[in-house]
Amino acid sequence: MATILTVDDSTSMRQMVSFTLKQAGYEVDEATDGVEGLEKAQSSRFNLVITDVNMPRMDGITLVGELRSLPGYQFTPILLLTTEAGADKKKQGKEAGATGWLVKPFNPDQLLNTIKKVIG
Amino acid sequence: MAEQQESQNEYGMSTDVDNQYLTFILANEEYAIEILRVQEIRCWQSVTTLPNARDYIKGVINIRGTIVPIVDLRMRFNMESMEYGPMTVVIVVKVLEENRERVMGIVVDGVSDTHEIPQENIKPAPDVGDKTDIQFINGLATVNESMLILLDIDKLLISGELNGII
Amino acid sequence: MTIDLSQFHSTFFEESLEGLDAMESNLLNLDINDNDPDIINSIFRAAHSIKGGSGTFGFIAITEFTHVQETLLDQIRSSEREVTQDIINILLESVDCVRDMLLSEKDNRECDFDQASSVRVQMENVLNGHAVPEVELNDSEDIPEVSVEGWRINFAPHLHMIKTGNDPVRILRELSSLGLMEVQVNTEKLPALPQYDPESCYLSWNIELFGDIQEGYVREIFDWVEDDCDLTISPLSQVDEKLEDVVAAKGDGEVKQILDTTEVPVKEQVVNGKKQRAVDPDQEVVPDKKHANSVAECSSIRVSTEKVDELINLVGELVITQSMIGELGKDFSASKIENMMDGLSQLERHTRELQESVMRIRMLPISFSFNRFPRLVHDLGSKLGKKVELKMSGENTELDKTVLEKISDPLVHLVRNSLDHGLETPEIRTASGKPEKGVLLLNAFHKGGSIIIEISDDGAGLNKEKIRNKAIQSGLIGDEDNLSDEKIYDLIFQPGFSTADEVSDVSGRGVGMDVVRKNIRELGGAVEIASTPGEGSIITIKLPLTLAILDGQLVRVGSETYIIPLISIIESLQAQEKNIKTIVDNAEVYRQRDEYIHIVRLHETFNIKPDSQSINDGLIVMVEGEGKKIGLLVDELLGQQQVVIKSLETNYKRIDGVSGATILGNGTVAIILDVPGLVAMSRSEIINDNNNKVA
Repeated sequence: MATILTVDDSTSMRQMVSFTLKQAGYEVDEATDGVEGLEKAQSSRFNLVITDVNMPRMDGITLVGELRSLPGYQFTPILLLTTEAGADKKKQGKEAGATGWLVKPFNPDQLLNTIKKVIG
Repeated sequence: MAEQQESQNEYGMSTDVDNQYLTFILANEEYAIEILRVQEIRCWQSVTTLPNARDYIKGVINIRGTIVPIVDLRMRFNMESMEYGPMTVVIVVKVLEENRERVMGIVVDGVSDTHEIPQENIKPAPDVGDKTDIQFINGLATVNESMLILLDIDKLLISGELNGII
Repeated sequence: MTIDLSQFHSTFFEESLEGLDAMESNLLNLDINDNDPDIINSIFRAAHSIKGGSGTFGFIAITEFTHVQETLLDQIRSSEREVTQDIINILLESVDCVRDMLLSEKDNRECDFDQASSVRVQMENVLNGHAVPEVELNDSEDIPEVSVEGWRINFAPHLHMIKTGNDPVRILRELSSLGLMEVQVNTEKLPALPQYDPESCYLSWNIELFGDIQEGYVREIFDWVEDDCDLTISPLSQVDEKLEDVVAAKGDGEVKQILDTTEVPVKEQVVNGKKQRAVDPDQEVVPDKKHANSVAECSSIRVSTEKVDELINLVGELVITQSMIGELGKDFSASKIENMMDGLSQLERHTRELQESVMRIRMLPISFSFNRFPRLVHDLGSKLGKKVELKMSGENTELDKTVLEKISDPLVHLVRNSLDHGLETPEIRTASGKPEKGVLLLNAFHKGGSIIIEISDDGAGLNKEKIRNKAIQSGLIGDEDNLSDEKIYDLIFQPGFSTADEVSDVSGRGVGMDVVRKNIRELGGAVEIASTPGEGSIITIKLPLTLAILDGQLVRVGSETYIIPLISIIESLQAQEKNIKTIVDNAEVYRQRDEYIHIVRLHETFNIKPDSQSINDGLIVMVEGEGKKIGLLVDELLGQQQVVIKSLETNYKRIDGVSGATILGNGTVAIILDVPGLVAMSRSEIINDNNNKVA
């Protein structure tokens, strides 16, 4: 089963994403900011990365860029969690190499639908 | 309350706990309390007296880390108190007060037996003697030709108006 | 699958409230002259997180409010707007509002919506009346629905598209879920093998999608890749021969009727056209405002893994020691006694260490309580028109969680008192040669087995005259009574002395100084005031480190053993009858140096038969409670030991003069004396007498 990395400094969001994905049968690992996310991505292989944008230490967009330069992550789907006010964030994300985004707020079903489309 | 079927196990013993009572002796009378309220039965052990407590409150003891007050039932009934001896027994009971449960011990002369007393065998106590006593008697029952006095353990040990313990 | 989001609510509340605290302290620390971008970013992130979470978990009101907050913060973050003191104040108020809204959701109670609206309006005004862009809650824009037979899609990914993690196959798969699809791949751009880069996408596709499908759904599939491909989407406006073939071949009735060509608006959709976020009604976020959960007090503690690891180690050692003793016990003989004693003393050591370690789990630094004061002092200071500098020290001093929780309100009351009555206005201060800014100092430290909290100010100090007059007014003392300074100060702790707070009270909990002292006493602590007129006051609170364990002095009175908390004992001495004077109605006092100390015969208080009624035969244990000293007459001093406090009230009831019970090593119960209680009992004896009131 696919392994997903979720990165978010908000514990409740992380828990929600994690729980939802695990229920659907995915394996999930969590990180609380970009730095931790990058470390985890380096030590394990993930099929998909979901990351928030606004985080301390390293934000989501920087994380996307860093991930893309890791061997093995060039084609990995990376999704940004963004709010509707961040149209420019979407653009920045794409420029950094993100695959797509999920708009906050979203509910568990929306999350699963999107994930399913991407990695099945 | 609906008629309770008397259920029996393979030994012919009743397994209907709701109607089980523990009987004990106090000053030649037999009393009964619901078995569900009995936590344990202990030998008499020395107590620590409580300052300025009523005379029928002998004091407190330690039961597995909890402080439990001990009541001399004879004194509670204004009878003569007896010397405590090796046969003296303390019945530890669970007392209910509104939404609280307390554990207390009562000193009795001795413990008798357990009996099944179906609801219909319980008759109300006649109005004789001290009015106060009536208040903590739930009824009378006859078992094997002896008369048992069924006690309301809550009213007995906890009752504001009746000079209760608390 | 439906997932119950309410399981995440408590985490969300917890982290959001923490976030609000961080916002608040950051706002207080923000220097308008030197905008630290890190601080500003932290504030922004906190608001942003709360907004995101509240939207996800369906707290719409909070989402909308924090959206305005976030917009304002975003402007500050991107330097579009300068920070002013006004803005900081409004933001501080907005933090309060969000806190109120969160707590009202959490505890299922009323929220002050008026306050929230008013603050929101203030924020919007700051944003210069520019309407804050509405929060889009997954609303779809209205695109007129047109009936089509289908779409013709040309999808030509750019070379790099796969490197964004977008797989064309996924896109095609998604498209096919919308309806019948015919796909034709275009391999024109494929280079020869030597030039072929497997990481680039050279393929493109011509797709015909059949069905009356809304354009929005089609567009949505290409949402992520619209910048990374060439895309054209046009309706299948005529009945194609191909279409007929398809229908004939599949026999599928999905294809709708032929539309009149002139009716169909030909929207040439170019790559960056307007997108519609199509919404499946089933996917809408269902707000779940009022959870049915009762307000169960979720009492929990965060413990550092260090403390837990330490515990695990200690338990491990305990197990080893225990099995060692077990071994010894197997074939026990007298020769093994020494080993057994060693083992037992090891056991004692481990048990003690374990006990200390476990107690530390319940300990939290007092900063948890102190942390509210910067904000409180800031707000109250402005309200009262006083300039105050708050200094705090010893924030890391740890104390028991329950004690911490219960001391918080009294501390707040005492600090407010200092600000209200103690510290003077800047004018008065300058007039008396003091610096304009008053200093309020909060200090905490460990001393012996207690924690000491000091609240000191350099204000006007307690006004003896005022207090005295007020007391006379309230009938607490008589006009001719001559009280020492100490006793006058002590009067403010009397019930009925509480001055109505002139400042409008946020808490409204009816806390007066008497309640403060009562609360502190109930924790087994004490509070004292010292003051120098014109210079300031110091309030000293002494609290036990833990509520569960006590260092006690065992004493014997007759056949009974009692425990006196060591913390209250000043000294023990042998008294001589001749040094005891009897004053009114049998009250006995002992003269010690220049003090008269009331003697309490415990055997009388507790109705026990003592060894001897004569003071010469007994011992007097001098104890202190509530700043007062009394001497307890006992028959003998036994050992000192640490005891676990057990409640008498669980199964019995509260007894005056008794604070609890404990179980001694021999299994018997011993009563623990309540020293402040005994002091109060003895005082009331004396004050009941109408004549001379002596110590």
